[in-house]
Amino acid sequence: MAISLKRKNKKQKNPASARQWAISLTVISIGIWAFFTYLFDKTPDAVQSWFQVWMPPSTINESLVWVICALGLNIVVGYAGLLDLGFVAFWAFGGYAAGWFMSGFFNQVNIHFGSMSAKTIPGIHLSFWLVMIIAALIAGFFGIIIGAPTLRLKSDYLALVTLGFGEIIPQVFTNGENIGGFNLSNGTKGISPVDAIGVFGKRLGPFDLGWKFLIYFFLAACMVFVSLRIRGGRLGRAWLAIREDELAASMMGVPLMRTKLTAYAVGAFSGGIGGAVYATHVNGIFAERFNFSISIILLAMVVLGGMGNVWGVIIGALLMAWINATGLPAIGDTFNNTFHTEINFPSYNFLLFGGILVLMMLFKRDGLLPEARLKMISHENDDEASNTGGH
Amino acid sequence: MSSILSAENITVEFGGLVAVNDVSFDIPEKGIVSLIGPNGAGKTTFFNILTGLYKPTSGHVMYDGSEITALTPHKIASAGVARTFQNIRLFGSMTAEENVMVAMHSHLKASLSATILGLPSQRREEKAAREEARALLEFVGIGKTANEFARNLSYGDQRRLEVARALALRPKVLLLDEPTAGMNPQESAVFVEFVHRIRDEKGISILLIEHDMAVVMKVSERITVLDRGEKIAEGTPAEIKSNPRVIEAYLGKGVGAGH
Repeated sequence: MAISLKRKNKKQKNPASARQWAISLTVISIGIWAFFTYLFDKTPDAVQSWFQVWMPPSTINESLVWVICALGLNIVVGYAGLLDLGFVAFWAFGGYAAGWFMSGFFNQVNIHFGSMSAKTIPGIHLSFWLVMIIAALIAGFFGIIIGAPTLRLKSDYLALVTLGFGEIIPQVFTNGENIGGFNLSNGTKGISPVDAIGVFGKRLGPFDLGWKFLIYFFLAACMVFVSLRIRGGRLGRAWLAIREDELAASMMGVPLMRTKLTAYAVGAFSGGIGGAVYATHVNGIFAERFNFSISIILLAMVVLGGMGNVWGVIIGALLMAWINATGLPAIGDTFNNTFHTEINFPSYNFLLFGGILVLMMLFKRDGLLPEARLKMISHENDDEASNTGGH
Repeated sequence: MSSILSAENITVEFGGLVAVNDVSFDIPEKGIVSLIGPNGAGKTTFFNILTGLYKPTSGHVMYDGSEITALTPHKIASAGVARTFQNIRLFGSMTAEENVMVAMHSHLKASLSATILGLPSQRREEKAAREEARALLEFVGIGKTANEFARNLSYGDQRRLEVARALALRPKVLLLDEPTAGMNPQESAVFVEFVHRIRDEKGISILLIEHDMAVVMKVSERITVLDRGEKIAEGTPAEIKSNPRVIEAYLGKGVGAGH
């Protein structure tokens, strides 16, 4: 309710309400962090096991990684209207950037900067925050490289090219253990482990989920902030105009190529951040994880949540990430235990996602939490009278 | 009289079809001129050449002393050649104000990082742009609709919004493609006044494509007539009215001869 109110008043957005939002989100995040870090062990066993089954902290963290990437894709698909079926490529670039610059992978050298790992361990060990920026820049750079020749294409062709790109890059990494004698990616073995994130003099190991949660939450919040800020500015207007009518936009002085390319680069940039964050979440980079389904799930999150609306995309991402990681197995186990069946629910994952998407397209095309303006477009043929029904 | 926008010996061929054949044409500074002709005469093609959407097979387009023939549409638009569309092409799901602000894109300087950080310079710029947009909406007479989605506006208001959006480019030349299509005679009469106001208050030169002869004769200082891709006449409204070739093009040979 509050969300929809805020959206409607965006034009006259008063800083107080934005501040209230920031404060309440901070309180929620610190609450969740405090619960899992300090209170969780003291709660009764029943509560603990409920959380382990239905809402384990690692799922919460992973959902936030998905949120970061989905918000990036939302800029490309939701704002600028460019269909991108290969977003996983940027995720992979970000992941491998973390693998290269914060692990012992390049053990010929011994470079340490701002990292908390022992100085004696060879390899490139940079601070997580620095690596994140490098990952974002690498992904953004490849976004521009790929975008420059392809963004001249019309939507369907662009989607096909991005689809190919999203297949090629992970393949390069999968087979990249011997590129002219150079080991780029360690092939299918992947790069593991990745350095722990160091924050306030604390090393965040695989079990410091509460602290990682705070960091991931902070990054996701940054993405929301950036998305909303860009959306409200000159560039956001140009993206929307291109989504609405490319020709008219160019006739109003909007440079099509550059504007689309910026959307692509900003999207890729956040994909890179998401990739680096994901690497710290799973504590390694494994080529086989960067598959086509990630691109599709991300796209489904954006569509399900409500294209172009940041809050909708967040809800879509959280919901689908939860179903994917925890919800479906948990529901399956409960179902099997109750009815004494042995159905393998997680294997029906894509059937479920596909079904949800079909149902959404049939009954709620604009997503769970649609952007006010898109709602109008997708219903314009439904009821002409509604257009004249005042404001 | 110096011209602000001039087309020199423009020829356009689509495949073997010659859509525009060796047409030269001037828009004098602060003038109001019209381009008329029967359907299929090549008017809109000619318009698209001026705005960079099509490239001529041969010929040059000069604007404000420099050649713009090869420039991309957005560069021509930013340089100050604005247009409206025959079939309205607004950004339907953006508000009227946002529509106008899109056209200010090339005048706004805020970088991506300044936008994200919300630097004071960017805020000032946005505020000024918003005020300018409001003023333009007031100027075209739809100030009250600033926060309404463009697609919800009435037909007449949408036409006005298109003009406001074009004016946001701060153009020196405004090209209006059949602006009175779908208007009744009273609305058209109001529109003639409006075109004069744009020229007088903003100092903008105007080129119209128009079918409504009453409007054309009232509003134009000079008229150019195209027929089958060729320029067949040029002159003041009075001259055009009595030009036998124009009458022939519009009404057919028999009638023209019998006159």
